[in-house]
Amino acid sequence: MSRLITRRRFLIGSTLTASALALSGCDVLVENPSVQQALRMAEGLTMRTQRLLIGDKTLAREFTMADISPTFRANGTSMPDGAEYQALLSQRFSQWNLEVGGLVERPTKLSLAAIKAMPSRTQITRHDCVEGWSAIGQWTGVPLAAVLDKVGLKPQARYIVFHCADEYEKTLDGSGWYYESIDLVDAYHPQTILAHSMNGRDLEVPHGAPLRLRVERQLGYKQAKYLMRIEAVADLSGLYGGNGGFWEDRGYEWYAGI
Amino acid sequence: MDTSATPATRTLIRRHSLTVRLSHWLNVLCMTVLLFSGLQIFNAHPSLYWGQYGADDDPSFISMQAVEDGDAVKGVTRVGNLRFDTTGVLGLSNVDGEQTARGFPAWATLPSYQDLATGRRWHFFFAWLFVINGLIYMVYGFLARHFRRDLLPTKNELSPSHLGHEIADHARLRFPKGEQARHYNALQKLTYLLVIFVLLPLMIATGLTMSPSFNAFAPWLLDLFGGRQSARTLHFLTAFSLVAFVVVHVAMVLASGVFNNMRSMITGRYAIHVQPQREPKP
Repeated sequence: MSRLITRRRFLIGSTLTASALALSGCDVLVENPSVQQALRMAEGLTMRTQRLLIGDKTLAREFTMADISPTFRANGTSMPDGAEYQALLSQRFSQWNLEVGGLVERPTKLSLAAIKAMPSRTQITRHDCVEGWSAIGQWTGVPLAAVLDKVGLKPQARYIVFHCADEYEKTLDGSGWYYESIDLVDAYHPQTILAHSMNGRDLEVPHGAPLRLRVERQLGYKQAKYLMRIEAVADLSGLYGGNGGFWEDRGYEWYAGI
Repeated sequence: MDTSATPATRTLIRRHSLTVRLSHWLNVLCMTVLLFSGLQIFNAHPSLYWGQYGADDDPSFISMQAVEDGDAVKGVTRVGNLRFDTTGVLGLSNVDGEQTARGFPAWATLPSYQDLATGRRWHFFFAWLFVINGLIYMVYGFLARHFRRDLLPTKNELSPSHLGHEIADHARLRFPKGEQARHYNALQKLTYLLVIFVLLPLMIATGLTMSPSFNAFAPWLLDLFGGRQSARTLHFLTAFSLVAFVVVHVAMVLASGVFNNMRSMITGRYAIHVQPQREPKP
């Protein structure tokens, strides 16, 4: 019997060693470009399947005041340190304008007061970080659809790109500025808003003052903060790393619905 | 020894169909990648909460953290109010010779280094493969009567005395022989049914409940599991229930004849020793 157990232990031991070897071999596999390319197929499959199931206008769950997180964790940049942003902040964003351009009929600049005067939507929604945590907050802002209708999209426009005031990664070539993009399905979704208020107060700096994007059916990194410029484009390949966003250029999925 | 007894003859029976064998090994691959990439994803925020929301300032009920203790740093795993020193494995472990704050250690994550984006790519690709494989297996299981024929316990097998007898036999590592080895025993049937119809579907459902888009499609899942953070916690706990199943499963495979078991899951043929139907004439 003891001999049997010894043999069994040996077998278990060698299996564990074999899997440990297989795992260090995994890192080689992980870095193989064709493997990476193959794995990317899952993103398209997920996006098409989810879009098919959900429909374009179905709302993300909205919560009640009682559900709001006591502390809403601020993530990413908490204070953009660029001179331009610092100057705008010191004047409490009275000189700040949102530039709306690209493939639009009537490029425009909107002051914070003008944005606040537009029709607004208030929603209590859950913010899901790609890391795994969630926080619930109340957002008030202008539906992106209203802004796009105001400027008129050209027929070639396919994506809306959001340029931000924070340089999240300092690089010599300036490739570290935060930006994000969504397609027209999400751009015209009723809950997609440019939020200027959170939990009933003006947006605080750690949460993206003066204006941030809310795309409620996607993860936190799509919710671009410190908006400076909105650009309608036909494709994303010409911007920064070509993948449509700061984190997308660093390996994350452009479709962040899961 | 009774000399009049006929010696049992060894017979190879067909135990596992091709579909079962293929789906089994594909599942081994998927669950292995899903576990190790899942631990990579968990490491991005190694705390678990209950409810709709949960982040750093909210009370967690499981967490793995590196905590300063005087001059030293310790890996501390907390479950509710219980705290365990798990230095070297959970919370704080060795990465290339340096003590590093991370939930699970490098040998338990895919890739071994911290890379959430890659962990997600692997996790979702193999989640698709796992779901497709599972769907094919389910359709086959019902249509080919695999569930009814091989996994549904008989009324007799569910009687407390029978189950008690089987548990006692298993504990002594005594496994069915002869004709009885032709079919799964009741404990096997119940365990496989639990894994196939409860644990694995629960993994998929809790996983999808963490998807903000899928929430818009099926908000009732949020109510069922008590929120996204509860679903994340259940996803983790169910994963470790499956790890526990695999440990016992592999141990049983080793204990009850590793060669015969492996052959049956690879070629389909399983050897049993049965008494011949008729007494051979002398």
